[in-house]
Amino acid sequence: MTPAVPATLAPRQDRSARWLLIGLAVMLTLFIVVVPLIYIFWRALSGGFAIFAQNILAPDTLHAIWLTAAVAVVTLPINLVIGIAAAWLIARFTFPGRKALLTIIELPFSISPIIAGVCYLLLYGRQGLLGPVLAAGDIKILFALPGIVMVTLFVTGPFVAREVLPLMQAQGSEQEQAALTLGASGWQIFRRVTLPNIRWALLYGAVLATARAVGEFGAVSVVSGAIRGQTMTLPLQIELLFNDLNTVGAFAAASTLTLIALVVLILKTVLEGRTR
Amino acid sequence: MSVAAVIDAPAGRQRRVLPGFGLTMGLVLTYVGVIVLLPVIALVLKGAEIGPVRFWEIVTAPRTLAALRLTITAAALATVFNALYGLLMAWVLVRYRFPGRRLLDAMMDIPFALPTAVAGLSLTALFSENGWYGQLLAPVGISVVYTIWGVAIAMSFTSIPFVVRTVQPILEDLDQSQEEAARTLGATPFQTFARVIFPAILPSFLVGTTIAFARSLGEFGAVIFIAGNLPMKTEIASLLAVIRLEEYDYNGAAAIALTLVAIAMVLLVVSNWLQSRLTRRRVPA
Repeated sequence: MTPAVPATLAPRQDRSARWLLIGLAVMLTLFIVVVPLIYIFWRALSGGFAIFAQNILAPDTLHAIWLTAAVAVVTLPINLVIGIAAAWLIARFTFPGRKALLTIIELPFSISPIIAGVCYLLLYGRQGLLGPVLAAGDIKILFALPGIVMVTLFVTGPFVAREVLPLMQAQGSEQEQAALTLGASGWQIFRRVTLPNIRWALLYGAVLATARAVGEFGAVSVVSGAIRGQTMTLPLQIELLFNDLNTVGAFAAASTLTLIALVVLILKTVLEGRTR
Repeated sequence: MSVAAVIDAPAGRQRRVLPGFGLTMGLVLTYVGVIVLLPVIALVLKGAEIGPVRFWEIVTAPRTLAALRLTITAAALATVFNALYGLLMAWVLVRYRFPGRRLLDAMMDIPFALPTAVAGLSLTALFSENGWYGQLLAPVGISVVYTIWGVAIAMSFTSIPFVVRTVQPILEDLDQSQEEAARTLGATPFQTFARVIFPAILPSFLVGTTIAFARSLGEFGAVIFIAGNLPMKTEIASLLAVIRLEEYDYNGAAAIALTLVAIAMVLLVVSNWLQSRLTRRRVPA
């Protein structure tokens, strides 16, 4: 961190420019970031708290909250395991195709989620690559929980690895090798040496992945089939309520996601300090 | 940012002494195969099946062209704004100390934390005729909702952090002695910025701008709320791909999706190339 140019040394014109720029930055941020955020709560509560509660407790919205929580609960452990496995594999071993594997792991970050959804439909859809096989086996992936979970995994996959891998690489494997020489088993090494070292980065990655899993819209909207009261996650429910012209209901649903987003922001600030 | 830059560091001299190679390799390959590769391969195979002539017909059909044009133009508008705003924010957050700076800094992460559908809903209501912003703009004859401007605003909101967060660390690490030298030699603050500071942050600025543009092209959730999604007018390309799917026109969907992936990949290559230049420059000679 470099300290700012001391204000006293800066000529007068610098100082006025400085306050002009700060003012401009604050005003713009207020208009494009802060107001849209506050507006969500303002609209959600515009009819009073009773109407807000009524909107949240509407059966379809409650079901959407439940489904969103279910998706988050199912994807989190998978993301943790795969994230750690990927980081361990790439940080601790050298093998041909290592760089290519990392590129593939990070690929979902460069493919827009809506395209991911399209890919899933082209694979599992009725006329998709595996469509006939699934139909013959009567396996339902699309327009049901498995499809939503899988496409969410696609979108959130790289988060944990991206946080844990750089840390594992920076820390090196000396401690783990020492544990190995002392006769520790693989699980013991992981549990006693690796995990304590990466725990904050792991938590950080888990928070980012879960936040994304809860809020994902594009990818899920393609594979969910949007069946009312069945395959609507909370973000999809917002769109449904909005299209039904139930704007207050949409804002009420949105306010729950916004609260989660604010919690995530706070956790992020706390964890960023710890992972450094 | 990409971890790919870090991978060149040696991963420990001893190979495969530590346990877990087979296990982690098995887990990762299974996961990557089922979750990532299989669906992407499905898209590529479907695209290959269409054949170049039909592919070209789909992509150059008036409705597809209109959607692509809207998507690219709106993303460009959004990116121009984000480039300027991002540069301003990075500058103000790094170079000035003022009350509320850390809060302002934290605000930069809101567009990433907020689900895109929520952002889309809020922006649409704000800019609609009886919304807080719409009320102010309507008398001047500006309508945002259901126009390209709405699309651009939604895109711009969701990609706000990219330029700020790529330029910020570079600006923080910048050695200020060169600027001081420039000032001592009589350069105006603007000259110092244009000739000394800007060239130094240019690569990171371009990386951030490229990623912001790519993200804007791919944005869906926020856009479909505000766009109104009128065919030929305010329909973005990724929505058209979804509409084709719903019509069981899998070829149409695959062709449009592949076009968007191709654009995204070109932008990714450009940003990686810029990033490699950037890391090379940052290593002291």
